[in-house]
Amino acid sequence: MATTIDKMSPPPLLPQPTALQSFGLWLRQPGFLTATPILIFFLAGFVGPLVIVLGFSFLPERTFGFHGEWTVENYVHILTESYYISFLWSFGLAAATVACCLLISYPVSYGLAKVFGRWAAPIMLLLIIPLFVSENVRLFGWYILLLKGGGIFAGTAKELFGLETGTLLYSNGTTLLGMVYVYLPYTLFPTTLGLSLVPKDQVDAAGDLGANRFQIFREIELPVAMPGILIGSLLTFVLAVGAISEAKVLGGANIVVISHAIQHEFTYAQNWPLGSAISMFAILITGTLVIYVMRRLDLDRLLGRR
Amino acid sequence: MGEDTPILQIKGVTKQFGKLLAVNNVSLDIVDGEFFTIVGPSGSGKTTLLRMLAGLEKPTGGDILLRGNRVNDVSANKRPTCMVFQSLALFNHRTVGQNIEFSQKMKGVPRAERRERAMELMKIVRLPEDYYAKSVTKCSGGERQRVALARALASDPDIMFFDEPLSAIDYQLRKHLEVELKDLHRETGKTFMYITHSLEEAMVMSDRIGIMQAGHLIQVGTPDEIYTQPLNKFVSEFMGEVNTLAVRRSADGKYDCAELSMQLAAPASTDSSETGYLVVRPESMRFLNDPSEADNHVKGSLFNEYGMGSRVQYHVRVGDTMLVVEKLREQAYQGNIDDDVIIGWNVKDSVLVGD
Repeated sequence: MATTIDKMSPPPLLPQPTALQSFGLWLRQPGFLTATPILIFFLAGFVGPLVIVLGFSFLPERTFGFHGEWTVENYVHILTESYYISFLWSFGLAAATVACCLLISYPVSYGLAKVFGRWAAPIMLLLIIPLFVSENVRLFGWYILLLKGGGIFAGTAKELFGLETGTLLYSNGTTLLGMVYVYLPYTLFPTTLGLSLVPKDQVDAAGDLGANRFQIFREIELPVAMPGILIGSLLTFVLAVGAISEAKVLGGANIVVISHAIQHEFTYAQNWPLGSAISMFAILITGTLVIYVMRRLDLDRLLGRR
Repeated sequence: MGEDTPILQIKGVTKQFGKLLAVNNVSLDIVDGEFFTIVGPSGSGKTTLLRMLAGLEKPTGGDILLRGNRVNDVSANKRPTCMVFQSLALFNHRTVGQNIEFSQKMKGVPRAERRERAMELMKIVRLPEDYYAKSVTKCSGGERQRVALARALASDPDIMFFDEPLSAIDYQLRKHLEVELKDLHRETGKTFMYITHSLEEAMVMSDRIGIMQAGHLIQVGTPDEIYTQPLNKFVSEFMGEVNTLAVRRSADGKYDCAELSMQLAAPASTDSSETGYLVVRPESMRFLNDPSEADNHVKGSLFNEYGMGSRVQYHVRVGDTMLVVEKLREQAYQGNIDDDVIIGWNVKDSVLVGD
């Protein structure tokens, strides 16, 4: 019995909604509606101030309200004066922090994800507990430890071994130490998550196919864990670029990092427009970097949704 | 190819995890070029045994000899063996081509040469050429299977191990791949050692089969031997649906069967024990018109029938026992459900086994 499928007419096209109508439909979705409170909060508390800072950055020197001519002189000022030194210090220290954190994190993460077994949870806990203490308090802990003469380290060395140590504080190395110490967890935990995604059978298979330990690391572990490593590096870098206390407390303000420069403009110098311009400049550079890395990342895979 | 040279000798190999003896004193010789299958239920230690042979696990006792050399302490990456994993363990962050070329890349074979070999292997496992640059995550189940096969073949191993690679595949494709695997074995002439929990799968492909139960290798033989001479009840029931009747030897040489409350004739057994099991395959059971047509006969009623394509299976209720009869479709029983029937079998079609 031949059917008449080919004679059937296609179903009539429904009238397509206009762009405005579909936007209206989208606004009425339950997802959007329930997200509205947090959206308002976010706009008022986060985007709002940023817009104000953006506005200020185009105002003349030492203006304290939205009056006066729009100008780009603040940006010209940043590029012509020696602010680039602060930018270099901040980005350089952040990069060094990321590098050190990665070197320390990878073996620890590997242990947490693959070796420690049931000890992984208590060890993880030990790593998390210090985070409950404020960053500044922890830094002052280091300060007391490293203080010249009266510091715990210097005092112990003198008392027990009769060693006279010079000051360990106020150097760029100490600043870096503080930054690595403070930001290590932000590299460690994503890296651990990344490494825990490496399936054991793939490692077994690679070995069975003739790969040695280093080849397994290069061909399997590193690429599979890469999203976690990248996320961790990014988090650490962004936070470290904005770091200020380490350089002030442990580095003794030897160097002026970018957040220090911003703080200086807003407080002592009372030059809000210039502070705003430096802020916007820092956000621009960091934001570009974040977007560049995030586009190469597959977050769904990292979170186990795929 | 020396038919009788053992390529792999397993001598009293044991693996203990804590208090658990996963593999208990297993000895076995694998002949060069054969297709050997180890069958056992999950937890019988078959995967652990295979992992030890591949070098992914170290035996706690015994020796493994590869072409006469002890390899207990040789790590997996230095053994000329290769394994196809149950999960396939494909490198999902790599393409089909990169997966297949992995072992050669590790050896430092130049790119062009690797590619040529990969293409050759893709042809052998019937993967289209344009799959070379495809991500393995975009391949179907059967295609992933082929990639895993090609990847293992690329290292040109002396022995290929297979750890239930077909267990997660649907029935039809599995049947197809079983045949392909057997053909591949023939084409390559390599020694294949396969693990499965399905004796049916083992029957299709193997030259010899070993049965594992609770860490022991309990029976080794050709598919024919295993089928017709199962060692015990465990092996015979592993075979699939089978009639197993508990019997006790009586004085006159016959056997008492308590569940059917009757005496049965049974073949001679080398086992001297008083009790045993009489095993009759469903296809050895026949519907009788007259009790004298077979050595043993039982009266019962037809409980139900099940079409199985080319064959039909019947369940016949005898008291509290359900007996299974299987016929070819063209020899199907002509009658109705609940008919009183007489079924029977000849002594030569039954086996008497121990516990």
